[in-house]
Amino acid sequence: MNEEIIIAGFGGQGVLSMGMTLAYAGMVEDKEVIWMPSYGPEMRGGTANCIVVVSDDKVSSPIINKFDTTIILNQPSMDKFESAVKPGGNIVYEANNVMNPPTRDDAKVFKIPAAEEAKKLNNPRTMNMIILGAFLAVKPIIEISSILEALKKVLPKRHHHLIPLNEKALRLGMELVGKD
Amino acid sequence: MNKKQLMKGNEALAEAAIRAGLQGYFGYPITPQSELLEYMSRELHKRGGAFVQAESEIASINMVYGAAGAGARVMTSTSSPGYSLMQEGISYIACAELPCLLVNVVRGGPGLGTIQPSQGDYFQAVKGGGHGDYKLIVLAPNSVQEMADFTYIGFDLADQYRMPVLILTDGALGQMMESVVFPEYDIEKNRTNHSSWATTGRVNGREQHVITSLHLQSEDMEKQNQILQKKYRKIEENEVRFETIQTEDADFLLVAYGLSARIAHKAVNLAREEGLKVGLLRPISLYPFPYQAIEDLSAKVSGILTVEMSAGQMVEDVRLAVNGKVPVGFYGRMGGMIPQPDEILEEIKKLYSPKRRQ
Amino acid sequence: MSEKIKDNVIESMKEVWERTKLLHDAPNHYCPGCGHGVVHRLIMEAVEELGVMDRTIAIAPVGCSVLAYNYLNVDTQQAAHGRATACATGIKRVFPDKIVFTYQGDGDLAAIGTGETIHAVNRGDKFLIVFINNGIYGMTGGQMAPTTLEGAKTSTSPDGRDVDLMGHAIRIAEMLALLPGAYYITRQAVNSAKAVRKAKKAIKKALQYQIDGKGGTCLVEVVSNCPSGWKMTPEESNKYLDDEVFDFYQLGDIKVPPKEEK
Repeated sequence: MNEEIIIAGFGGQGVLSMGMTLAYAGMVEDKEVIWMPSYGPEMRGGTANCIVVVSDDKVSSPIINKFDTTIILNQPSMDKFESAVKPGGNIVYEANNVMNPPTRDDAKVFKIPAAEEAKKLNNPRTMNMIILGAFLAVKPIIEISSILEALKKVLPKRHHHLIPLNEKALRLGMELVGKD
Repeated sequence: MNKKQLMKGNEALAEAAIRAGLQGYFGYPITPQSELLEYMSRELHKRGGAFVQAESEIASINMVYGAAGAGARVMTSTSSPGYSLMQEGISYIACAELPCLLVNVVRGGPGLGTIQPSQGDYFQAVKGGGHGDYKLIVLAPNSVQEMADFTYIGFDLADQYRMPVLILTDGALGQMMESVVFPEYDIEKNRTNHSSWATTGRVNGREQHVITSLHLQSEDMEKQNQILQKKYRKIEENEVRFETIQTEDADFLLVAYGLSARIAHKAVNLAREEGLKVGLLRPISLYPFPYQAIEDLSAKVSGILTVEMSAGQMVEDVRLAVNGKVPVGFYGRMGGMIPQPDEILEEIKKLYSPKRRQ
Repeated sequence: MSEKIKDNVIESMKEVWERTKLLHDAPNHYCPGCGHGVVHRLIMEAVEELGVMDRTIAIAPVGCSVLAYNYLNVDTQQAAHGRATACATGIKRVFPDKIVFTYQGDGDLAAIGTGETIHAVNRGDKFLIVFINNGIYGMTGGQMAPTTLEGAKTSTSPDGRDVDLMGHAIRIAEMLALLPGAYYITRQAVNSAKAVRKAKKAIKKALQYQIDGKGGTCLVEVVSNCPSGWKMTPEESNKYLDDEVFDFYQLGDIKVPPKEEK
């Protein structure tokens, strides 16, 4: 298994932490992982993206321009990264934040109403976990238990009480796949 | 046992330095190395070292000079423009033969440039940088694990040869996270006692110790130069480090260091998938440079491609090593742009010839 | 007379002067009449009297005193131009028990090293700065310094310092005294026996503060002469100090530790 992913959206949508959670979870399962953020002005409120690689073998290049999965959380990222998915790859995107759906016919497309569902959970910040859950339904490369383990590392201690809510969001996200 | 941790390259380097017995860190904020400074500000005091956020890179490097001259294990870190500011101090440190660790998390230049990763500081790192005839041992990690590993090695080499060691890395390696395991390291066993030359005060009335880079008499200055040059020859003999990947049967060779070597490795895999027998030589020590290893391989391959995140700097050393025996091509991106594996593959195809020379 | 003469030596003769133990027995390169030699002696006397030679580190950056280690017989670092205080911070932060002093000229401290000086004092790093202010770049041949008085002729202000073009003389000790990190700042001279005694007292006091671990940076400015750079005889230069220079650079304590304030 060698999964190359890019996650892209606005700063503040939890793009970097979603990627970091995934990478941590990969490490929990003793896989080789890389998390590579875009950094700089993007960090300060603009667009943000990160590359995550989870692999059974040592990863050669952390610099990648074609991905097995692109996870897209806003329109500018869709415009930029739709073409970056490999033929046969997956595009997982957030329904509310992307106006123009992808037009690739050689990739599997998953439209996830994560923002709407997050509102129902009374916590819009769970949107990224719903998306992550959806991704894991599409590509079950990591166990949910590992993700929960990873959240303990990624979330500061004062937010650990939110882990059950995050789990709920993850599972909700998994259920949303294939429903649209 | 020490377990795997997921860390940024900058943080792994900082943690390794503390575990290596770091006594003083002096630095100034600059992207993309600030995590290193921030990590030190959080951790170093409570683990027995001194942390100072200096007023400039110039002050940082001179704080390093002072503390290293007093025999302490110390370091600074910065990124390209800051490293330029440090050059005067580094020249002094090299001449006065003070051990210390320097870190340049390179970003794109020239000028204020960009905060994205680059390898444009190669010449500055390996050909001198400041004024006068001096060298630094330059180590180029290509993973978060090596960011940690080379920190220990760097401190030990600095002690052994009484000179600054530079870790030349880049913004991407500094910012990215990978798993890292910190090796066991016995500080007491590995640290060199510097009391024979360090300025510590004239303990028990011993003779005065002087740290200086000033030798006004030309004869004396030449003598000091000869001491340095002798040391550099010894280093060239003993401290060359490099890695080869699939070179045994290679018709064609890539040469790349640091992040570029990771990307080139992927290009090797892509080329092999298409039946092209491509290998990779990765210089790990940029000074001393693996001239001999490249020369040896150049006798076996039909051509060489050097890949860098620069306009072509290390390629000059590769050409020196190859000395015209086979064509040496270059592919690079500049200003924070990163060569992609498929771009490298395209370049390989332009130059590739399946004629193995031996 | 009761003295007995034995081997031509008067037995009751008392030793009233000896070479300072912590000065190398070496002829110095300073010009005749220059104040550096006196200040060197005062610091080394103080270090000896305080018994801290075994943990004293001197730092001499670029300037006439760059070769100070040929005279001061204590462990010494020669620092880059302007960076002595940064070196001192490096040492003192890692080894707080060391007794550290810098020995800097006015070009070094108040021009190229202004940033390092201000920030070391602002951090209150606990070392002593001995600041030799002679209003000129001596080593490089008598160019204008930031401290050069208005109207003074130097090799780069041949018609006298024109403050409209060249800026004003800096009273950096007063500037530094504004910083909370400054513990003891005083301005002294060595152009008379009385001044020398007072300067010695100030240096010794500052070192004692450091030995006691008192909080903050100490600075002893010595307003000195440069007969060569000023193109005067030593005697004229000493008189010039009294007649003109001390009007601008007034001698005395500028900042004293809180409890000593009257």
